[in-house]
Amino acid sequence: MSGFRFRPFEWGASAIRVLDPALFFLLLLLLGYAWVLMASASPERLPTLRMHMLVGIGAMWVFAAIPTKRLLQVAPPFYALGLLLLLGVFLFGESSKGAQRWLDLGVMRIQPSELMKISVPLMMAWYFQHRSDSIRALDFIAASLLFVIPLAFILAQPDLGTSLLVASAGVYVLFFAGLSWKLIGPVVVAGLVGIVALVGFGDQLCQPEVDWQVLRDYQKQRVCTLLDPYQDPLGRGFHTIQAAIAIGSGGMWGKGWMDGTQTHLAFIPERHTDFIFAVLGEEFGLVGGITLLALYLLFVWRGLYIAARAPLLGVRLFAGALAMMVFTYVFVNIGMVTGLLPVVGAPLPFLSYGGTALVTLCIGTGMLMSAARSRSSLKN
Amino acid sequence: MSEFRAPEERLISFRRRAFIAGIVVLAICLLLGARLWHLQVEKYEELHSRAEGNRIAVLPVPPRRGEISDRHGQVLARNYSAWTVEVSPAQVKNVTDTLDALAEVLPFDERDRKRFYRLLQEYKYFDSIPVRAHLTDEEVAAVAARMYRMPGVEVRARLFRDYPQEESAAHVVGYIGRINERDQQRIEEHGDTANYRGSEYIGKSGIELSYERDLHGTTGVEQIEVNASGRAVRLLSRIPAVDGNDLELTLDMGLQRVAEEAFGERRGAVVAIEPESGEVLALVSMPGFDPNLFIDGISVVDWSALRDSPDHPLLNRAIYSVYPPGSIYKPFMALAGLASGARTPEQRFNRQGLFVLGQQRLVDRKSNCQNGVDLVRSLTYSCNTYYYELAHEMGIQAIADFMRPFSFGSRTDIDIPGEAAGILPSPEWKRQRFKTPEHQQWYGGETLSAAIGQGYNAYTPLQMAHALAVMLNGGVAHQPHLVRNIIDGSSGEIRQPQRPQPERIELDPEHIETIKHGMVQVSKVGTASRVFADAPYEVGSKTGTAQVFSLQGQKYVAEEVEERLRDHSWFLGFAPADKPRIALAVLVENGGFGSQAAAPLARLLFDYYLRNEVDAATAEREPEQ
Repeated sequence: MSGFRFRPFEWGASAIRVLDPALFFLLLLLLGYAWVLMASASPERLPTLRMHMLVGIGAMWVFAAIPTKRLLQVAPPFYALGLLLLLGVFLFGESSKGAQRWLDLGVMRIQPSELMKISVPLMMAWYFQHRSDSIRALDFIAASLLFVIPLAFILAQPDLGTSLLVASAGVYVLFFAGLSWKLIGPVVVAGLVGIVALVGFGDQLCQPEVDWQVLRDYQKQRVCTLLDPYQDPLGRGFHTIQAAIAIGSGGMWGKGWMDGTQTHLAFIPERHTDFIFAVLGEEFGLVGGITLLALYLLFVWRGLYIAARAPLLGVRLFAGALAMMVFTYVFVNIGMVTGLLPVVGAPLPFLSYGGTALVTLCIGTGMLMSAARSRSSLKN
Repeated sequence: MSEFRAPEERLISFRRRAFIAGIVVLAICLLLGARLWHLQVEKYEELHSRAEGNRIAVLPVPPRRGEISDRHGQVLARNYSAWTVEVSPAQVKNVTDTLDALAEVLPFDERDRKRFYRLLQEYKYFDSIPVRAHLTDEEVAAVAARMYRMPGVEVRARLFRDYPQEESAAHVVGYIGRINERDQQRIEEHGDTANYRGSEYIGKSGIELSYERDLHGTTGVEQIEVNASGRAVRLLSRIPAVDGNDLELTLDMGLQRVAEEAFGERRGAVVAIEPESGEVLALVSMPGFDPNLFIDGISVVDWSALRDSPDHPLLNRAIYSVYPPGSIYKPFMALAGLASGARTPEQRFNRQGLFVLGQQRLVDRKSNCQNGVDLVRSLTYSCNTYYYELAHEMGIQAIADFMRPFSFGSRTDIDIPGEAAGILPSPEWKRQRFKTPEHQQWYGGETLSAAIGQGYNAYTPLQMAHALAVMLNGGVAHQPHLVRNIIDGSSGEIRQPQRPQPERIELDPEHIETIKHGMVQVSKVGTASRVFADAPYEVGSKTGTAQVFSLQGQKYVAEEVEERLRDHSWFLGFAPADKPRIALAVLVENGGFGSQAAAPLARLLFDYYLRNEVDAATAEREPEQ
C-alpha cells in the first residue's frame, strides 16, 4: 500500500473497465426504448422511471464490480434467507388480490419469490461448482431439490408466473450442467403433446365441470380464455382482444409515436406494465417489434457467449441460466400480449414499468458483466 | 450420463449446449416475429379497421340494484332515474379545460370539482366520471346543445339509490357507497371484477352489504361502434343486464316506527322476533341516522356530527352493544334450575330473603321474597336470594353449559354484519380473558352475581330476544333473520334464502310452561303489573335493571345520579301468552328500573302488534255501554 493518492482518471478508467461494452450498449438501447414508450403510454410516470433507471444502472455497476466467485460464495446464506422468507410468507404472509405473496417486515413489504429468481440459479451453480470434481447422476437429483422446494412454496401462494420462471431457472442450470438428453427429450415431447391436445380438444377441456387437478380454477380460466377470448369479452378475454387489436392495427410501420389510438383511448389494460408491448406494436409497427426482438436476441446471445467463455463451472452455469431467464421473460410476456400464451403476470424485461423488476434485471446484467471479466482477471 | 468428465470435456459440452440454447432462442424469436407478422401484416386490414375506422367499445351495462321492502310491501330502499353530466377522461385532452368549459354552461361548485378529481384518481377503468347529478330539464337542454364543442362530455340518465324511510330502520337496511380501494380488492378476491365493471356503488353496511350478491345483479355487455372522437355511432350487440333480486324483509315497519317514536330522544334498542319462525319483526337502534347521506360520500360536516355525537347514532345497539341483562336473565336461570333437576316448581324457601356464603350475607328486603318463595314467585317478584342459592348449588360451569346453546356468548348469525358475541361468563372464559393468575381464578361470589344477570354477563338485545324466542319455540333455535323472500330480478320467482337447519335444545315442555306461567304472573301481580294490568291480551314478561355505575355502599337514588350513569332499563316479554306471536327485548339506556322505562314502551309495541285482539276486546266492551 502506497497510501492514499487522488487519482480520479485512473479510478474512472477502472470503473469503466468493469462494464462489458456490448451489454452496456444493449442495455442503454433497451432503456431508451422504455423511455420512449413510457412517454407515450404514461407520461406522468417518467420522473419515477428516471429514478428507477438511475438506481438500476448504479446497482448494475456495483454488481459488475463484485467478482462472480465472491457471489458464488454467498449463495448458500442468500438462498437460505430466501427460503426462510418464503416460509414466512407461507405462514404469516399478507394477502393481496387473493394471493399470498407479500411479507410485511414493518419497514417494507417484500416479495421473497422475486429474490428466489436470482438466488435459485446462483445456489444451484454453487452446488455444481462445489461438486465439480466428480459430478454424478445423484448430484442432478440433489440440485433439483434446490429449486423444487422453493417452487412448492411459490406455487402454494399461488403465483404461476413466478413459479414458471423459478422452475425455468432450475431447468436451465440442470441443462447447462449436462443433464442427459435421454431425460430432456421425453419432457420436450410431452410438452408438445400437451399443447397439441389443448389446442385440439380445448372446447371439451374448458367445460366448467372439468377439473384440471394441477392448476387452480383461475389458472384454468386463463388458458381457456386464450383458446377463445370472445367467451368472456368483459373479463379475462378483454386484455387479449384489445392487445391483439392494438398490435394488429399498427401494421408494418405503426401509427407513429404518441398516435396509438388504442393506447390513448385507454383500450389497452395495464398499458404501462405487462401490456407495454401492445403500445410498441401499435405505435411502431412490425418494424419496431422486430427491432426490439433483435435487441433481446443480441442481449441473450451476448450473455450465452460470456457464459461459454467463463473459466469456472459455477460462473458458466449461473451466467447461462441468467441469460436464458431474461429470454424466458421476453418470450412469456410477448407471447402473452400477442395471444400465443395465457395471461400470466410477467413483465417485459427493461420495458415494463416497475422498480423492483427493473433493478433486479440491472443487477442480473451487472452479474453477467462480472462473469465476463472473470476470464481476463484469471489471465492477469 | 455425464459423470467423471475432465474439465475440458465439460467446457466443450457446455459450449455445445450454450450454442443449442442460442439456436432455440433464435427459433423462438422467429416464432414471435412470425406471430407479429400474422397480426400486423396478414390480419392488418381486419384489426386496423376494428381499431381505427370502426372502433368497437365494449361497454358494461350496469344492472338495476334490487329494491328492499318490509313484509307488507313498504319500500325501504329503491332506485330512481336522474340526469347526470359526465366526463370520460380518456377522451379528453385536458380535464381542467373541459371542466372550465362545462362550468360556463352548467354551474357547479368547488365541492363537485373536488369530488371529480378525487374520483378521477380512483377510477382505473375506461369509464366516465360524474361531474354533477340531478340535472333539471333546462340544464340537460343547455348542456346537450353545446355538447358537440366538448368531446368527452355526456349527459346520461343514471339510477340513484334512495332510502325513503330515512332514519327509520337505517341500521337494518344499511347503505351503499362508492366502490373504494378495499371494496375493489374484495371484488377481485371473489372473482367478480367483470361483473362490477361499470358499477359505481356497493353495499357498505346492513342488508345492503350482507345481501350484496343478490341485490347487485349481473352486468350486461354492449358492443358499440364509436367514431374517431369516441362517440357512440351504432349498437352492435347487446347482452342485457340481469337486474338484482328484490328483497322482502321480515320487518313490520309499523311496529318498527311505533318503537322508534316511543323512544323519542332516549337511547336504546328493541328486538322483536316471531318465535315460531325466527323472523325479526322489528330491530330498532336509537338514535338512528339518515342513510341517504352516505350514498355519494358523506360531507365532512355530516360525518363529524355523526361520529362525534355522544349518542353514537351509527352504532347498531340492537346487535353490537352488550349490556348486563340484569333480572331478565332470571327466566333462563330458572329454566336451568328445572332442566338440571336442581329445582322443582313446588320447592319453597323460607329464609327471610337471606343467603349466606362464607362471611358474605346477601339480603333481599322485598316483602314478597321473605317466605314461601317458590320458582314462580321468585320470577314474579324477582327474588335475588332464590337465584343465589340456585347458582351456588349448580356451579358456574353447569350454568354456562346450559346457556351456551341459546347463543348467549356467541353470535346468533343474524343476516346483517357487525354482530357482537357478548360474554357468557365461565371459568374458561376468565382464563382466556385475563393474564395474571389471580385475575384468572374464578371466585364463588362471581357465580352469585352471574346468577342475577350482573357481573361479567353481557349480551346484546338481539341475544336476549333470540334466547326467549328459542325457549318459547320449545327449544328449536331458528336463526334470527331479516330477509323473508328473495324475488328474482329476471323471472320474478320467489324463493327463501338458504338457512341452516335449526338447532334443537332438549327442553321439557312442562318446564317451559312453568317459566311462562312465572312470566305471566310478573305482568299480572309482579313488577310489571302496573303496566299490563288492563291489557286485553295475556303477557308474559320480566323486567330488569343493568347497573352502569356502582355506588359503593350508597343507596341508589335515580334523581341524584347523573343521567348517563343511571341504570339501563330492560324488558323481556312475549304475547299472547298461550300462543306467543311476538317475543320482545327492550333496552332503554339510562332508563332506570325496567318497569319504569322499558315496560311501558313494550306495552305500546304489544298493543300495536296485537291490535286485532285489542280491537276485538274493545268491541266486546262497547255493546255493554
